[in-house]
Amino acid sequence: MSTGAPPLSGTPKPQAKALNCPKCGAAITLRSFGQAETVVCGSCHAILDAKDPNLAILQQFEAATGEVKPQIPLGTRGKLRGTDYEVIGFQRRSSKVDGITYYWQEYVLFNPYKGIRYLSEYRGHWNDISVCKTLPAVDSIPGGSPLTANYLGETYKHFQSAEANTDFVLGEFPWQVRVGEMAEVTDFVHPPRVLSSEKLQNEVTWSIGEYMFGREVWDAFKLPGAPPEAMGVYENQPSPVVTKVTGVWVAFAAFAVFLLALMAGFEMRAKKEPVLHETYQYNRAESKSEPSFVTDVFELSGHPSTVEVKTYAPVSNQWIYLNYALINQDTGQAWNFGREVSYYSGYDSDGSWSEGKQNDAVVVPSVPPGHYYLRIEPEADPALPGIPYTVEVHRDVPVFGIYVIAFLALLVPAVIMSLRAYTFEWSRWSESDHPPMSVANLASSSGDDE
Amino acid sequence: MTQPIANCPNCGAKIVFRWSSSVQTVCQFCKSILVRTDVDLKKVGQVADLPPDNSPLQVNTQGQYGHQAFVVVGRILYEYDQGGWNEWHVMMNDGTSAWLSDAQSEYALSRSSKSQNLPTLAMVHVGQQFTWSNQRYTVSVITAAHYRGVEGELPFQYWDKTDVTFVDLRTESGKFATLDYSDPEPALYLGEFVEFDDLKLKNLRSFEGWG
Repeated sequence: MSTGAPPLSGTPKPQAKALNCPKCGAAITLRSFGQAETVVCGSCHAILDAKDPNLAILQQFEAATGEVKPQIPLGTRGKLRGTDYEVIGFQRRSSKVDGITYYWQEYVLFNPYKGIRYLSEYRGHWNDISVCKTLPAVDSIPGGSPLTANYLGETYKHFQSAEANTDFVLGEFPWQVRVGEMAEVTDFVHPPRVLSSEKLQNEVTWSIGEYMFGREVWDAFKLPGAPPEAMGVYENQPSPVVTKVTGVWVAFAAFAVFLLALMAGFEMRAKKEPVLHETYQYNRAESKSEPSFVTDVFELSGHPSTVEVKTYAPVSNQWIYLNYALINQDTGQAWNFGREVSYYSGYDSDGSWSEGKQNDAVVVPSVPPGHYYLRIEPEADPALPGIPYTVEVHRDVPVFGIYVIAFLALLVPAVIMSLRAYTFEWSRWSESDHPPMSVANLASSSGDDE
Repeated sequence: MTQPIANCPNCGAKIVFRWSSSVQTVCQFCKSILVRTDVDLKKVGQVADLPPDNSPLQVNTQGQYGHQAFVVVGRILYEYDQGGWNEWHVMMNDGTSAWLSDAQSEYALSRSSKSQNLPTLAMVHVGQQFTWSNQRYTVSVITAAHYRGVEGELPFQYWDKTDVTFVDLRTESGKFATLDYSDPEPALYLGEFVEFDDLKLKNLRSFEGWG
């Protein structure tokens, strides 16, 4: 950075200050060029007045649960969102909810040009926090608890209100820090951001945090090893379902409409031309000598298209099986297929039951135009001496199976994605003051942000 | 722009006014407080050296506010029971002046506003709302401060004042207002919070160990 002409004020270049603790004599470095209000001696835990040249002792605390070691050592520098920051302070805080004590860590970061910033960490979940410059507007239940907060045009949902205690402090703080001090903390979330208000006596401070993955913090501060794995779902952790669920369903609906239109189009275009309609009689005795026969020749016109063969037989607790061959008289090309028509019904302890149908239909795809006939070889239930059956052939019928497959192929990922988003939001909100109780409750709070 | 030039009546050093409307300046060599009269500069007092502070700005720092370039020509350093802050007097390239306040790296740029019927100090309390220029402002804090020192050019005589009360007001949209009760008539300044990066500041101070 160019300094240009010497400053008119002639003040010397600010330097980090090296001092000694008035209690135990240990070396203390003031890294924030006078921005700190208090500094905590790393060896004897005396909280000192950083504004006082003699570092007057303000408080002495015993680390109740032993020494807490910051994961990012004081004095470490890192690049956060393009700006260099130095870790100058560290505190551990705790909150008691339903008899369980939760601990989290906060780091004070400093840059002489950009000022103070914070990092917080709870079970491997990190947040990059700065003080709000604009006042959020809170909507509450009349005379009651807060519901939402509006900040810079975005709505944050109330997540949790709790008392936060300061358990352990180290290094410099730009405010008067004391161990044992209780603050009323209220969090509002709009993943990946969290809006927090911290009330201490009559002073309310608002801050805005953005979720960071441990890996990003480790990269920013070039820390050795791997960050501790994040446990559970954190209040403002971005959902792994990156695509907006509503968007997926809108796309799905659009495809479904498109498919329906396609189906309607093919249905209308299909000629469904009847080319054969005959009733035959099956006789066990005759079929012994002459098992198969051929139908009259019929013409299949137009472009290569589908041929539908329908079979009807008035079977009742019987079956008939027809070996079909669709044969092109001109080329000899044949399509072989067998169809069974069977129908069973009766009564048992569960009531009446039935199985099968007296109708059968099959579609042969892509049959070229030409002169065709069917060769039919019937077989039947040994108990059946004879039965009439009807064979109907239509040229160019629409086929819808492919559309059903396409529909399912689109539906399945949409459902899976919705379920994943739903369970993630469920885990998030089950940790809040507003645990999900019903599907309706969740639906209104599922992860469709933006 | 013509820059009026004169000599310090105390030490004879050259005094250059970068802003033609400056009323007061401090001689950078002998720290005499100089007030402009019609014909000459008059020494009205002397300032002690300013205490070391941590603002990255200094007199001659250049920056940009919207499409306007500005240069820092002076400052007032205030102190209150929880610390201090700087009000940097900046000259915009259209010849007007504004204030860039720097309180613990929170920057706000404001200009004098000619609103009438300003409340007396006794009438103001935290949480109260006022509307100026169609903006609703809420009183956020009332600060009793005293001024710790001055430097460079200022648009008014500010050398004989000691205590001053400020009423800060904010909006939900990042706007900012200050009521200044240093004179019998309150003065209103309207402005907004600005981002350090948006000011594109040049000629900043350097800090040991920070490039």
